[in-house]
Order: sequence, then C-alpha cells, then structure tokens
Amino acid sequence: MSDTNVGSTPPDDDLPQPVVRKSKLGFSLIWVVPIVAALVGISLLVSHFMSAGPQITVSFLTAEGIEAGKTQVKYKNVVIGKVTTMRLSRDRTHISVMIDLDKDARAFATKGTRYWVVRPRIGASGVSGIDTLLSGAFIGADAGDSDQEQNDFTGLETPPAVTHGAPGRRFVLHAGDLGSLDIGSPVYYRRIQVGRIVSYELDKDGKGVSLQLFIDGPNDRFVSKDSRFWNASGVDVSLGADGLKMNTQSLATVIAGGVAFQDPPGPHETEVAPEMSEYTLFNDQATALAPPDGKPRYIRMRFEHSLRGLAVDAPVEFLGVKVGRVVSVNLDYDPETHSFPVVVGALVYPQRLGQAQEKLAKAVGGDDDTLFPRIMAGLVAHGLRAQARSGNLLTGQLYIALDFDPKAKKVSFDPNAKPVEIPTTPGDFDHLQEQISSIVDKVEKIPFDSIGRNLDGSLKELHGTLKQVNGDLLPEAKKTLQGVNRTVGTANDALSENSPLQQNIANTLEELQRTVRSVRAFTDYLGRHPEALLRGRGADAPPKIATPSTKQGKEEQP
Amino acid sequence: MSTPPRAIDLGMMACHVCRQVTAYTEDRHAHCPRCGNTLHARKHASVSRAWALLVAAAIFYIPANVFPIMRTQSISSKDDNTILSGIMELWRAGSPGLAVIVFTASIIVPVLKFLIMGFLLVTVQRSSGMVARQRARLYRFVELVGYWSMLDVFVVAILSALVHFKILSRVEPLPGVVYFGIVVVLTMLSAMSFDPRLIWDNRKSQ
Repeated sequence: MSDTNVGSTPPDDDLPQPVVRKSKLGFSLIWVVPIVAALVGISLLVSHFMSAGPQITVSFLTAEGIEAGKTQVKYKNVVIGKVTTMRLSRDRTHISVMIDLDKDARAFATKGTRYWVVRPRIGASGVSGIDTLLSGAFIGADAGDSDQEQNDFTGLETPPAVTHGAPGRRFVLHAGDLGSLDIGSPVYYRRIQVGRIVSYELDKDGKGVSLQLFIDGPNDRFVSKDSRFWNASGVDVSLGADGLKMNTQSLATVIAGGVAFQDPPGPHETEVAPEMSEYTLFNDQATALAPPDGKPRYIRMRFEHSLRGLAVDAPVEFLGVKVGRVVSVNLDYDPETHSFPVVVGALVYPQRLGQAQEKLAKAVGGDDDTLFPRIMAGLVAHGLRAQARSGNLLTGQLYIALDFDPKAKKVSFDPNAKPVEIPTTPGDFDHLQEQISSIVDKVEKIPFDSIGRNLDGSLKELHGTLKQVNGDLLPEAKKTLQGVNRTVGTANDALSENSPLQQNIANTLEELQRTVRSVRAFTDYLGRHPEALLRGRGADAPPKIATPSTKQGKEEQP
Repeated sequence: MSTPPRAIDLGMMACHVCRQVTAYTEDRHAHCPRCGNTLHARKHASVSRAWALLVAAAIFYIPANVFPIMRTQSISSKDDNTILSGIMELWRAGSPGLAVIVFTASIIVPVLKFLIMGFLLVTVQRSSGMVARQRARLYRFVELVGYWSMLDVFVVAILSALVHFKILSRVEPLPGVVYFGIVVVLTMLSAMSFDPRLIWDNRKSQ
C-alpha cells in the first residue's frame, strides 16, 4: 500500500480511496500465509512436546552393540524408545546411555524397571537373540510395578530370567554351594522343565548359597510345603544288586546342571507353598526324598588300631540302618601306652531311627537336650559298641557299625561328656587276625619232625616191597598174559564165521529142525489115530497131503 | 542529484507481458489494450507480500531443519537423517565434495535468501537510496540462485523412487523434506512478489 501510494505522483488521476481500501484487504489476505506457517510450526512444537516421553539414563558395563541414535528400546518387541546419546562415565568403569522413551512408555521410567542389552547369546542351556545378529543389538526393558519415578537405572548384563508379571512363583533354596548351577538353570518336576533359577547369592555369613528359583504357572501349584528339592546336575551312576544304573534328568542337565523337586513319598503335607518359601537343596534324589534327618548329634569314638580305609563321609550304621556319617578322622597320642589311637568324629541323626527313636525317647523321658546322651548311656550299658567294619572287600573301605556286643566288657559311660563318646571294640579284621594267629599256634603244635621220620621208614619199606614186585611178580604176570593172549586167539578162531564149529552147529540145528517136524507129524497122526499106539499103523491110505519125507520120518522115529 | 526520470514520472507504464506502453493509471483494474494483461506501475502490495512469504518461509525453515528428511533402511540398520546430520554423514563417509554441495544448496542458499530479501525489503521500506545498484544485483542473484535450493528435495525424491530393494535397502522420504520444499517455494514466491523497481523509487526523496 505504501509503495503504491509513494509511486502515485501524477495528479491527473483520482480514486485514491478505493485503492487504499482494496489494498487493506490484500494486506490482510497475504499475511494469512505466515500466520498459517506459524500455526503449523506451533502445532509441530506442541505435538513434539506432547509426544515426548521421559528421558532416562541407563548405565552398562559395555556399550557393545549399542549405537547412539540408532539402538532401540523394546518391550515385548515393541519399540518404546531410542538411545539418543552415549558417554563414558567419569571413572571409565561403565557407560551411560541416554534414552528417550516414548510418551506412552512413561511406565518404564519407574522404579523397578530393568534394562538389558539383547545380544546373541549361546549358552549351555540354549541360544537366544539370534535375530539381533542381523538387526543389531537392542535394549530390552521390563517394567516393574512401582509408580515411583526414576530416571537413572543400572542395566543388567544378562537378560532377566523372569519377566515381570509372568505367572508363577518364586522360591528360595539354601545350598552348601552352587555346584554347576547358574542363572537360567532349569528346574524339573517329573522330568518336565517347569521353571528356572533366577538368581543366587552368598548368604550373609558366607556359609552357604541362597538360590532363587521361579516356577512358571500353572505348575507352581505342585510345590507343596513338604516338597524336596535336589540338585539334578550330572549323572547318577549306581551299582546295585540289579546291575549298573545310570540316572539323569535330561541331557542338558548333565552339562548345564539343574534342580528337580518332588513331594516325598508317604504321608506329607500337600498344601501349596506360599511365594518365597524356603527349602533346602539336597545333593541327590535319595537324600532329598529320605525322611527328614532332624538335628544331627556329634559323637566321638576312639579306636586303638589302624583305621586304614576309613574316610570322611563314611557311613555310620546302627544295626544296618544308616544313621550318620563320619566327619573327622584324627590321630591322637597316648603317653601312657605310647600308642596312637584314632579318634573318629561322626554326626548321627537320631531321627533316622524312626519309631525306635520315639519309643526310646518315651522310655527314657526327660528334656530334649540331654535326651540323646541318656539314650546312648542306656544302649551302651546294654552292650552298644562302635566297630570299624569293612564295607567293601575290594577297596577295603571301612564304615562304622554301632552294634550290640553281648560279650563286651562293661565300660564307664559319661552321659554328661561333650561330645558323647561311644566305646569301641576291635573291628572285623582284628578278629580275623586273632583267629589266624590262633590257627597258626595250633599248626605249630603239630609234631612235624616225628611225622616225617615215621613217614621216611614207611617209605623205605615200600621201596623194598616194590623191588620184590619188580623182580618176581612181573615176569610171572607177563607169562600169564601171554597164555591169556593165546587162549583168546583160539577162541577167536573157533568163533570166526567159517570155522568148522560154526558149520557143525548150523548142520546140527538143521537136523534138529527136521526132527522136530517129524515129531509134529507123529503127534498129529497120534491125535487122529490114538489106537495106533496099541494096534500099530492102520492100513488106510496115507493122507493126500502127506509127503514122502514125513512118512519116512515117521518110520524112522519109532 | 540528477537521476534519469522514471516511467511514472513521464506518465507512462508498460505491460509486463507484451511491453505495450500505455498512459499511467492508478486503477488496479486497468488492462493492457493489446494483450489484456492487468496493468500496474508497480507490483501490487509488493513489499507486504514479500514480507509475508519471507516470514512464512523462515518459520517453515525451522521444522525443515529439525525434522529428518530421509530414512535409509538397510538390512542391519535404520537411519533417519536431518539435513545437517546428512551433510555430516556425507562428510564423514568420505565425500566432502558432495557434503559441500548439499550444504551450499540446503543451508547457505536459503539463509542467504532470507538475509538478502530481508535487507532489500528493509531498505525499500526505509526509502533508503543507498547502493541501489548493488541491491539490484543482489536481487538478481537471489532470483538466479533460488531454484537450486530444490536440490535436496530432488535428491530425496529420486532416491526414494530408485532405492527400493525390499529388505536389503530402502530410502523413504520423511516429513522434513516437505517443509524444506515449502521453504524453497515460499522464498521463490517472496522474491517474485518483490518489485525490484522499488529500489529506485525512493532516490528522489533522499
């Protein structure tokens, strides 16, 4: 407007007013363009701020696979954010990754959220994150349920074994050591994998390991208050009366280790265990399923002889029932007898005796603390003795047997002594030695000298006799044998097929046959004509059938 | 100061299309008697239009630079690049020549246009007769160079049309390039709506 006004110098033309008015209209119209631009810009700004989510910082030990501006943050494979920048911490021990989360991922900037880098991993228990080989690593996220906001996180170095909100429950196991277990080791129930180990840590006093395991729903209902957990790692080889047995949960556990659980046989509590129940991790299935041992008692035994073959962990048996194990084998010195007795310490579990223990306790009575020594006092009075016996003749391994020996000498037993000391008797081998030595003694008493002399004389006599036999008897015998030989030869000749004797016999037999035939004809005739005996032969014609030979025979016969 | 007379001073004006010289009139609805084109001694509302378009362009220049203009996807990576980050990537990737060209076309030229147009408009509004010749030269420079800022837009358009190998690699345009295109168009319109004759109009009043 101003420019057109400035340019309008010629005075002849009028119409200044409409020009001004129209130009005012034009002025307002063209300024719509920047206003629209401004509106667009503002709307972009607003939408940007509206869509911007929280900014968080996650620290990792290594930035392997993470790229600023590219690496995405995913939850259940949905992108919820992106790494914007990455920098090294001041002390260079870790890196800090700045992440811009999406607006709707606000829940991931709260306490309890876990972040980890998903990379391809190959472990004993499987392979994961293969897809990241091509797409590059990403950061996995798992939200907690806290509402408390948090912007600084420490990233996990390994993916968490259990994602938040997964159905199932956690339980705690106590073990002496970790063994070959690791985070992610499987948990089996009846050889089906139902869970895994999610974490482990040393107990505060350092005397054991606490493992946390997660049983996936709905199988977590099988964990009852009385369930027993045992370490299913490796192969369990046992040689029993029915042959060699190999037992393992699965091939994977042989390498990677695992935990199995089951309810003990027999009556037990079937109530489902609450979350975070604590259990003991047994070393093998047999011990796990055995009835509970109760409190162990320490006993000490003093053996006066060598215990070669007795190792720590050797069983202690009471009348054949395994009630405990040896925990120490130490040498002692007795200055009075200048001998070296062996002191064996053992833990016994009185509860393994079952009913016997209950009845004994009832019989003895009294308070629980001194119950065990008093029971032992009673048993020792009845002849209970400890004995080192050979459990395996091949390897010579010994075990401690607590047995009643009716012939045992009375010993003093102090029930108040700590630890309880069980009297001992010499072991099997010592008995054997004694017996062998007594046998040797008896053998020594045999008069081998006189026996030898007598035997010598007898042998001389025998020698003379034999000479005689050789000189006189043998030539005679030879002659006799020759005679026998000859006789046998003659007999042979006589009996041979073409000998005259044979032929004679054949002829005689033939003759005999003929004779018999004529006798038959005669008797037939007599049968028909009995009167012939008195009157002689009739004049009737001879029968047609009769042959001349039979007539002849009849004539010859009378 | 004696200056050569302007057409207005002589009571004349020319048609922009067929160059027919007619008598001067203030009427905005006057038409050329020969070709029928509208006649005006100076472009109508030239300064305010130029200002409005320039301001709009400046506003759009912000999102054009902030938003990514192009997404390069390959089998293992996905890259969103703004104009500046693209230039830096080119420089780092070992093609500084290309980086310089893109930088000139997408950053230097638009900024120069804003500055020059702003300078021209301010001086015209102030009726300053200073360095009129140089200002006219600047205007010609702006007009000449204006088209080349479209380079970036073309690059993105051509790449996203050509590079389409499914998962192997792909280039996609992102909203930033639209804003950049708007910036370029608006600055060109702004330069067009500016009437360079205004530069000389105020010499008298000085």
